[in-house]
Amino acid sequence: MTMRSPLGTVRGLGTAKSGTEHFWRQRLTAVANVPLTLAGVVIVIALVGRNHAAAVQILGSPLVAVLMLLFILSISIHMRIGMQVIIEDYVHEEKTKLVLILLNTFYVVAVGLAAAYAILKLSFGV
Amino acid sequence: MADASAPRPDTSRPLSPHLTIYRPMLTMAMSIVHRITGAALYLGTLLLAWWLIAVASGPNAYAIFQSAASSAIGRLVLFCYTWALIHHMLGGIRHFVWDLGYGFGPSEREWLVRANLFGSITLTLLLWVFVYIVTGGLR
Repeated sequence: MTMRSPLGTVRGLGTAKSGTEHFWRQRLTAVANVPLTLAGVVIVIALVGRNHAAAVQILGSPLVAVLMLLFILSISIHMRIGMQVIIEDYVHEEKTKLVLILLNTFYVVAVGLAAAYAILKLSFGV
Repeated sequence: MADASAPRPDTSRPLSPHLTIYRPMLTMAMSIVHRITGAALYLGTLLLAWWLIAVASGPNAYAIFQSAASSAIGRLVLFCYTWALIHHMLGGIRHFVWDLGYGFGPSEREWLVRANLFGSITLTLLLWVFVYIVTGGLR
């Protein structure tokens, strides 16, 4: 028995607006993050103390590049949702909250895209 | 709900006490630490992007990153980042156990938070010792 009117449900009205997709997506990326982070850590360790040429070669190789891209994608989605929850929990002034949620998305997209771009540049050898 | 951006009269309603009355327990500490490590990792992703962009930019940019990373501050940051990463991952596994419906009993949840904290500290130390041995120290 829900208090929402059908129109409200369809329009996503109400404070939470939606939630199931975030819940599921956070779990999905969390599960993906476990092997991908392990792969990322192994890759980082493989590069410790190595020179630039070694770093270019390793990060540009297909398997490493694909793993790193998957890692960047998964952590980007995961951290966007995570930070959004933190903002929604502590910021209640509507305009500030909206600005912070926008900035959150911009930050994640910028950082994720920059990292992915670097990997692609290295793997295409340009 | 009424229009939330309309100016509201200052009706400071009393809140139930929380932090002031609860005996600090490991479970609640680990809960907020999970959030704090998540936020720290969020910011630390900048370092990850910096590293990758430095590699893609060329030897000079990479050298700058390497010298920053091997400085004392750099190593401290990396160490803390490693711990935050492992702790947040183990915390995530702890949450996943709960999502599946297990581990809610009084002794089980205590065990989970202890395993989380003990595991993260141990694994961080082991990882760093391992890397130091294998690479002969960070240069």
